[in-house]
Amino acid sequence: MAPDLRTRLGNVELPNPILTASGCASSGRELAQFIDVSKIGAIVTKSVMLAPRAGRPTPRMAETNSGMLNSIGLQGPGIDAFLQRDLPWLLSRGARAVVSIAGSTVDEYAELAARLSDAAGVTAVEVNISCPNVEHRGQVFACDTADAGSVIEAVKARTRYDIPVFAKLSPDVTDIVAIARSCVSAGADGLSMINTLLGMAIDTESMRPVLAGLTGGLSGPAIRPVAVRCIWQVREALPDVPIIGMGGVMTGRDALELILAGASMVSVGTAIFHDPSACARILRELDEELARRNIARLSEVVGLAHEMRATARSRTGIP
Amino acid sequence: MTAAEPESESGPLHVRGTVLTVRRVDAYHAITIVAPGIAARFKPGQFVAVAVGGPDTSMLLRRAFSIHDVRPDHGGTVEFVFAVHGRGTRWLAERRARDVLDLTGPLGRPFPVPRDPVSCLLVGGGYGSAPLFALADRLRERRCSVDFLLGAASGDRVFGALTARRTGRSATITTVDGSLGVRGIVTDMLGQVIHEARTDVIYACGPMAMLRQVTALARRYDIPVQVAVEESMACGIGVCMTCVLPVVGTDGITRMVRTCVDGPVFRGERVRWDDVGTIPFDAFGAPGWEPRPRRLPRSAAGDPPGEPGAGQEATGQATNGYAAGQAGAGPAETGLAGPGAAGMNSRKAERQEGRQQRRQAAGPGPGQPGPRQGPKAVSQPRQQGNQGRRQGHGA
Repeated sequence: MAPDLRTRLGNVELPNPILTASGCASSGRELAQFIDVSKIGAIVTKSVMLAPRAGRPTPRMAETNSGMLNSIGLQGPGIDAFLQRDLPWLLSRGARAVVSIAGSTVDEYAELAARLSDAAGVTAVEVNISCPNVEHRGQVFACDTADAGSVIEAVKARTRYDIPVFAKLSPDVTDIVAIARSCVSAGADGLSMINTLLGMAIDTESMRPVLAGLTGGLSGPAIRPVAVRCIWQVREALPDVPIIGMGGVMTGRDALELILAGASMVSVGTAIFHDPSACARILRELDEELARRNIARLSEVVGLAHEMRATARSRTGIP
Repeated sequence: MTAAEPESESGPLHVRGTVLTVRRVDAYHAITIVAPGIAARFKPGQFVAVAVGGPDTSMLLRRAFSIHDVRPDHGGTVEFVFAVHGRGTRWLAERRARDVLDLTGPLGRPFPVPRDPVSCLLVGGGYGSAPLFALADRLRERRCSVDFLLGAASGDRVFGALTARRTGRSATITTVDGSLGVRGIVTDMLGQVIHEARTDVIYACGPMAMLRQVTALARRYDIPVQVAVEESMACGIGVCMTCVLPVVGTDGITRMVRTCVDGPVFRGERVRWDDVGTIPFDAFGAPGWEPRPRRLPRSAAGDPPGEPGAGQEATGQATNGYAAGQAGAGPAETGLAGPGAAGMNSRKAERQEGRQQRRQAAGPGPGQPGPRQGPKAVSQPRQQGNQGRRQGHGA
């Protein structure tokens, strides 16, 4: 029998745990040429900002071994165009819309949350407090417990009660658990992790940085172990907080790895650039991975690696 | 095919195609793949995005290649031409018959084709000439005359010189080292060829520096020019926002548009060549850019496209392209009906009224603002000498 893949995103039930990762699927329209966007758990949109934004100059991308650097800089048409065009389109296709928001100030985040709460059909809000391609790199909100908390508090205050708010965290911090705690205390219904790691590449022919923006966010399978570690640490500290895991998931096996670490949903990002049908494929593969292990329900394996450790410990007698 | 139900008959497909042949063509490689769906949907100017390195590859980004030719054998084959200048293209060159390739396509807006029989000049640099031969066939079907002007560093790097000589009304070849044709670069000969061929329309594909010069010369002669640009891409389907360049829209506003879905074919004069590699200060959404009320959705005259992120708007969809059932329509048909083609037809009409008059009728086509000569960006780092780093159509 096919495993039950249903999962909960806050108070919302999703048919399955496979989501797109913010910034890797635009607003879903392009992917609809290759997959049925209503069949995956949800579309997480590219981060929406208040005003239109042109982004960073090109070159914006550098391929690295098992990864890529991007320095897009949150190019997008702004919240008005999103609400008028992209959100209605997603809903018309029967897709669930998790809207990622980004701002330069706490007030911008709060206003975005209010605008989305006034619109019908937003399944959840993912607060991108960790994009490395903003003016003050290394000083993103997600790098400071107080800043992260104040954004989430402001967003939560302006978001309709029935829309869950997820905070997207950066792995480029000393203690991700401290940031996670701060976000949850501020009211976050869940956590998304991880955003890209800040990286850089230099062209040894031209002897210049490859990216026009000099540094960029590293994504792809190269960072998956970092994602597993972050999810593990946060799940260990905050076992009841739902986690959307992301970071280099290319296959159903990879998705299962993040789920075992504690994620109850998994976003697929860079894999989409490699394979536009990746979300549908990974969903199918995850289903097969669970079926092969005779697991009836996805919820049985969320964070299971932690319990396995406890079992192994008691078995060996090592504290 | 791994895709679910494709949304339309003209959109791109994601397929696994069997390699038929890989062969050396002078300095380049040509690879032919059995991919019936892509062959059936192809229009000249479109490209495929190919996954390289096989399963579990460490090379995550697809390589984009202009389609050189499609043929009906084996149900439908697709051929593209590439040069080896990286790990990915080296892997491709090592493919053999019966290997399987993962490819998506046909992608991008094709070359608009004039409705009337006009005189067309096809300008290619290096293996940038590859997509021009399918275009030439399409143009001849429309009883257009086709002249070729091809150039490269050396004779072995002029792709398709023989075909051009055999099939073109005229074919002019330039090489930097003088090993084939005239010594020099294509733009040295452009003026002469335009005069001799009485060119009405120019199509160009090749390095950005060449396209920029061809556009400048075409403007001097007041001839519409359609260029297929090279920008490095990651996904090829419009989601990664990597391949953007500044292009002036029909409303006069510069936007950072995606080469993969809003191009790769643009009207030459709409590309802000001086500002490629920057965010012009007056671009939509640039730092300090003032948001102002915009009418949404925009009109159907979608060349170039709507704002970044608006995939289907880019293809010149009818006003309410957001309704279910329309949004999946691919770029192919609409590209042909776009103002690019219309512009050419108005040129044709002008031509019939006499060349002298056409010279005087300088300036933009009906309803189109003049090309914007905006001041250069000041707030962003200028990327000079980028060409060497750009992957172009695949690296």
